[in-house]
Amino acid sequence: MIKLENIEKLYRTDTMETVALGNVNLEVEDGEFISIMGPSGSGKSTLLNIMGLLDVPSGGTVSLNGNPIESYRDRHLARVRNEQLGFIFQSFHLISDLSVVDNVEIPLLYRSGVSGSERRKMALEALDRVGLSSRVKHFPSQLSGGQQQRVAIARAIVGKPRILLADEPTGNLDSAMGDEIMGILHELHSEGTTIVMVTHDARMAEMTERIVRVFDGQLVAAQEVQYA
Amino acid sequence: MLSNYLKIAFKVFLRRKIFTLISLFAISATLVMLMVGVAISDHIFGPAYPETRADRTLMVSMLKASHSDANRNSMSPTSYGFLDRYVRNLPHVEKVAISSHSLMALIQPVISFHDGAQIKSALKRTDGVFWEILEAEFLEGQPYSIDDVEHGRYVAVINEATSQAFFGQSSALGETIEIAGQRFRVVGVVANVPAFRLASFADIWVPVTTVPDLKALNYTSIPGAYEAMILAESVADIPRIKEEFAYALTQVEFPNPERFNQVAGGADTLFESISRFMFSDDLSESHPQRLLAVMIALVVLFMVLPAISLVNINVSRIMERASEIGVRKSFGAASTTLIGQFVVENVLLSLMGGIIGIGFTEVVLYLLSNSYLIPYAEFHINYRVFVYGLLMAMFFGVFAGVYPAWKMSRLHPVEALRRK
Repeated sequence: MIKLENIEKLYRTDTMETVALGNVNLEVEDGEFISIMGPSGSGKSTLLNIMGLLDVPSGGTVSLNGNPIESYRDRHLARVRNEQLGFIFQSFHLISDLSVVDNVEIPLLYRSGVSGSERRKMALEALDRVGLSSRVKHFPSQLSGGQQQRVAIARAIVGKPRILLADEPTGNLDSAMGDEIMGILHELHSEGTTIVMVTHDARMAEMTERIVRVFDGQLVAAQEVQYA
Repeated sequence: MLSNYLKIAFKVFLRRKIFTLISLFAISATLVMLMVGVAISDHIFGPAYPETRADRTLMVSMLKASHSDANRNSMSPTSYGFLDRYVRNLPHVEKVAISSHSLMALIQPVISFHDGAQIKSALKRTDGVFWEILEAEFLEGQPYSIDDVEHGRYVAVINEATSQAFFGQSSALGETIEIAGQRFRVVGVVANVPAFRLASFADIWVPVTTVPDLKALNYTSIPGAYEAMILAESVADIPRIKEEFAYALTQVEFPNPERFNQVAGGADTLFESISRFMFSDDLSESHPQRLLAVMIALVVLFMVLPAISLVNINVSRIMERASEIGVRKSFGAASTTLIGQFVVENVLLSLMGGIIGIGFTEVVLYLLSNSYLIPYAEFHINYRVFVYGLLMAMFFGVFAGVYPAWKMSRLHPVEALRRK
């Protein structure tokens, strides 16, 4: 589904060059739930961003459903992100000026053929799914961290993407709230959504099917997990 | 999508009140100045009371007389006789009116005394055709006729302000006023003519044949104190009349060729006339396109500077919303879509500034009209000024919005998300 071949990511300044990722090869199969682990600065978020087409590699090839995306222009990339990918960020990235339901509607704004009433209906369904039906008119600042992350999940799933990319989705939450979020992700996975999650929490990683470990920009190990 | 844009735009405006106020002030203050300028220009150059046929009216207002061998010239209005001989009978002309020059009336007011008080008035001496070209609003009575002029009758048309000064609320009709030692019977009262209507302005209009030195009307010398107003049969005839007048100037018989043996000038609209003075030393050609280009350049320059400031404000404002841009890009917004969003925001802000600007412009024009700085001026925002104002506001919105939006839209989503 997502295939990374010889991926490199370099950050250059006038005086130095930093290798964030070097020669990374990874394939994520349809319907998988994998976690990427590693210490801070190891390149795991960079890897996730490249998989989610939010960042471009300095070298190598990213393929989605067998199609290399290098040749995609801005509009095409935007459509792929809109229709196939959903993102959950550690710091939620909700738009503070918009209400909960307006935040959740964002992906549908950029999808052609979805009317205003359909948008609203789908957003309410997504919020219901994450248990926030009673908070639709609230603003992000009026919600707890866990509730904000659930709004972010609703926003990520409202367009029914095939792939969900989550960057430390439980990183800013206490363990109870984190478990709750993981529960939602598992439910989505059980319905067929492919999920790639970055985490440095081993307990959360062990709840996924496969753990990919990154160290100094290199994949150092991949481990199958038996999660009961 | 638009409602989402508008919703967030209003939220941002309210959240960043100082920025919003600065932007609105910059936009509205610039627009006020421009729209006041446009309203004044429109008042001067556009068709307006009583010169409502300005589109087919030309003026012979100033000519330059010179001598081919001597460094001697004179730029001035010309004599009644000259205009009567070389303008009155031009082909394709519906009517020609000759009158004393309005600038003279402004510069040299006549003095009357009434009940011991001194009244200064601008006096214009005209022929009878003058009232046939203008569409003056008579509040009382009627204009003097061609017959009145031919017989040199001492009759006068006065404006409302003069009627008020002499007779208060009473009717002025049939009353007598004394002007510069001459007594005139009032036959008509017209609504005040603004001082910027240079072809027609005066407080008091009397027949040209009441001039103390009647013989002087026969002189054809070029320096003089009169101007001619030409009403073309149609707008299409205007170029032909200009050519005919240019030809007429080549046929002039100079009464005193030792003094002047050349003459230059033209039959112009006011705009052309000004361009002739600005861009042609010998007054041989008018350059309205150049004058228009200068005016447009000034307007653009005037607008570009505040627009650049707005661009800078917008860049920092948009950069503060990097995270929102990152989110929108992550969820499928293309760069062009985001440019659209920010342009919509800026156009909205500019239109708000435009509406405020139009309101303030109305106030400034009202104060200016009632300040008596320009006698009888009545400045208004008419539909042309309103359209110019809106276009200016749109220009602001698009100009100040596109560049910052374009700059921001080029960010990679991950880079935008990283910024706080």
